Amino acid sequence: MTRRVVCYINQFFAGMGGEEQAHVPPSARPGTVGPAMQVQSLLGEEAVVVGTVICGDSYFGEHLEEARAECVRLIGEFKPDLLVAGPAFNAGRYGVACGDICSAVTEKLGIPSITGMYRENPGVELYSPKTFIVKTSDSARGMKDALGAISALAVKILKGTPLGAAEDEGYFPRGIRKNFFHETNGAKRAVDMLLRKLAGKPFSTEYEMPVFKRIPPAEPVKDLKNATIALVSSGGIVPRGNPDHIRVSSAESYGVYDISSLDDLTPENFESIHGGYDRVWANEDPDTVLPLDIMREMEREGVFGKLYDNVFTTTGTGTAVAHAERFGQEIGERLKKDGVDAVILTST
Amino acid sequence: MRLELHKVSVRNVLWGDETKVERGTLFVNREEMLSVAMKDNRFARAELEFARPGESVRIIPVKDVIEPRCKLSGPGEVFPGFVGGMQTVGEGTTLVLDGAAVVTCGPIVAFQEGLIDMSGPAADYSPFSQTNNVVLVVEPVEGLDQHSYEAALREAGFRLGWYLADKCRDSKADEVKVYEMGGPVEESAKYPHLPKIAYFCMSITQGLLHDTFLYGADMKHLVPTLIHPNEKMDGAMVSGNCVSSCDKNTTWHHLNDPIVEELYSRHGKELVFLGVIPTLEDTRLAGKERTSWFNANLARMLGADGVVVSEEGYGNPDTDLCMNAAKCEKLGIRTVIISDEAAGTDGKSQGLADAAPEITAFVSAGNVNEMVELPVMDRILGYDSSISNLSGGAEESLRKDGSMFVELQAIIGSTNELGFSRIGARWI
Repeated sequence: MTRRVVCYINQFFAGMGGEEQAHVPPSARPGTVGPAMQVQSLLGEEAVVVGTVICGDSYFGEHLEEARAECVRLIGEFKPDLLVAGPAFNAGRYGVACGDICSAVTEKLGIPSITGMYRENPGVELYSPKTFIVKTSDSARGMKDALGAISALAVKILKGTPLGAAEDEGYFPRGIRKNFFHETNGAKRAVDMLLRKLAGKPFSTEYEMPVFKRIPPAEPVKDLKNATIALVSSGGIVPRGNPDHIRVSSAESYGVYDISSLDDLTPENFESIHGGYDRVWANEDPDTVLPLDIMREMEREGVFGKLYDNVFTTTGTGTAVAHAERFGQEIGERLKKDGVDAVILTST
Repeated sequence: MRLELHKVSVRNVLWGDETKVERGTLFVNREEMLSVAMKDNRFARAELEFARPGESVRIIPVKDVIEPRCKLSGPGEVFPGFVGGMQTVGEGTTLVLDGAAVVTCGPIVAFQEGLIDMSGPAADYSPFSQTNNVVLVVEPVEGLDQHSYEAALREAGFRLGWYLADKCRDSKADEVKVYEMGGPVEESAKYPHLPKIAYFCMSITQGLLHDTFLYGADMKHLVPTLIHPNEKMDGAMVSGNCVSSCDKNTTWHHLNDPIVEELYSRHGKELVFLGVIPTLEDTRLAGKERTSWFNANLARMLGADGVVVSEEGYGNPDTDLCMNAAKCEKLGIRTVIISDEAAGTDGKSQGLADAAPEITAFVSAGNVNEMVELPVMDRILGYDSSISNLSGGAEESLRKDGSMFVELQAIIGSTNELGFSRIGARWI
């Protein structure tokens, strides 16, 4: 099976001219142009460069939507298995164009794409989660190495060879964590790292600390007597039988349950399905985690206006932060829409 | 303190008239071993089964794994507080059935136990696919409360581990490993120019199936303390937990702690190993503060230059991890931590529930959420339907044909945070 590759380059590398030709609109030529020739020779028997698509850097930047659509169309007509764009080195506009086209082609045509950039190119930060961006030097003097690395990665991807970590394959990480087996066990790696750290020698941490978003707290409730209050919990309290099949850990969903006709949670109507704590007592009295009984009591006493009719609940153990963030946003929007003034969050 | 581990190699396990090891085969008298298991009126029924490396066997839900060990000489008994009297351990000689394991299994409370596959893709992730396992499957007497059930099964595991080793006490060791080291004062004086390293062994201490025991004491009621590394190899610390099976420290892991091994092997050459600080992961903020202050203070009083911190579990213990690292670093004590990550099934989420800028040296034990395909096995020991209640599983995990699609965390020991395996998450 002959695998088909299309290359994308700018007007300069197509030999059309420098800045004075940067306004040229997208065009396609069969076969190889400029660096695509070298790509073909590096790919050898593994794949054929069936066409080259060219666009001026200024044109792309100034007509983003049209240029992107036209490039994707031209590239699609060659029916490629993979797109190689650039490399753009440290050229900002070219980098953005390469990253943008690669991302669009991967998304719309469903084929892998590779480009190459210098680490400071703004295209790296913008597009590294969406395409393979091979690390290159800052100028075209590094063309040979860049095309070698791009072609090597292209061959692996086209042949379905399992890829190693981004660092080993030479591209900028796409923001995905994947498990690999190291040469040595974790304990040895830890002691090695600690000794290097103590000796003041360079060492590479295996995970950089994430930076948490700080959410400013809402204004305090001014009129508690008339406030509507909702209960939201990550303590895994759900109607008996877990009707929405929320997972015991690593939840990817939450449940919304109508408690408007209930005054008390009991082992007969609710239970804890949480996989991360000793739930014996929570199952004897689910109010210990989701305090419906006491909230009803305070509602009757007039401490606050009204208890919101629904509770939101999930299991907060091993839950990916990305999911937790989505739950929070969705629940928050719904509460706001329904005129809820304050929320009591119970965790475990 | 000098401890000799007399390791008798076990490469196969068979039923026999007498429990003994002969030429690498562990023979087990089924009736006798069952009677040891049933020395507890909390069990209605017990079964023993074998699971050997390479077999098409799935064990589920697994609670604990225990390496058979018993004392040949020296004070105390292995698993002090549970087997034998109450004396500190770590001296003399201890017999080890190397390559054998007791696996406790049963529908306990069905939530955070895990599974072991003896072959197939899951086998690559768990050390217990490589051991010759004697699997205890029990049913409790009717009406037994869950805490008593957990305690009964935990104690049965230690009893059986000790029983197997005890029956083989006359066997000739295939390998003798000597662990000899003094206390922190003596060793620090011997090697004044080497960096002095302590080890915080963070342990889940949070209730049912979330407890760890030190000399039989439930650690959630203790403050951090100091033990000699040899004590750990003699069963001073045992598991009473199943905090997601991927990153629980089974009793087997405590006995074969790779951090202890690593620090010991470099002691006197590259570093001074000051000792092990078994520490807890409290559920309360005040508990987390108290514990981390104690840890940092103990490290300082020991004169530590650096600390290896291992986590157990994930989620709220990430906060203990951050506090331990941050407090030590602020005292000028350098830290490295070993932790797994919960980066989501797509690997795109941030992996910790808490973070501290002081954690500059992080060793990853893998992403617990990564999905793995587990093929059908010929034989199931236990109950495969329990996958729907295990961390890493869901109701749709078990397919009609018996195959499973689960998160890595359902596999016992897959992302062990003592750094037992070679796994680690990396960026792609």
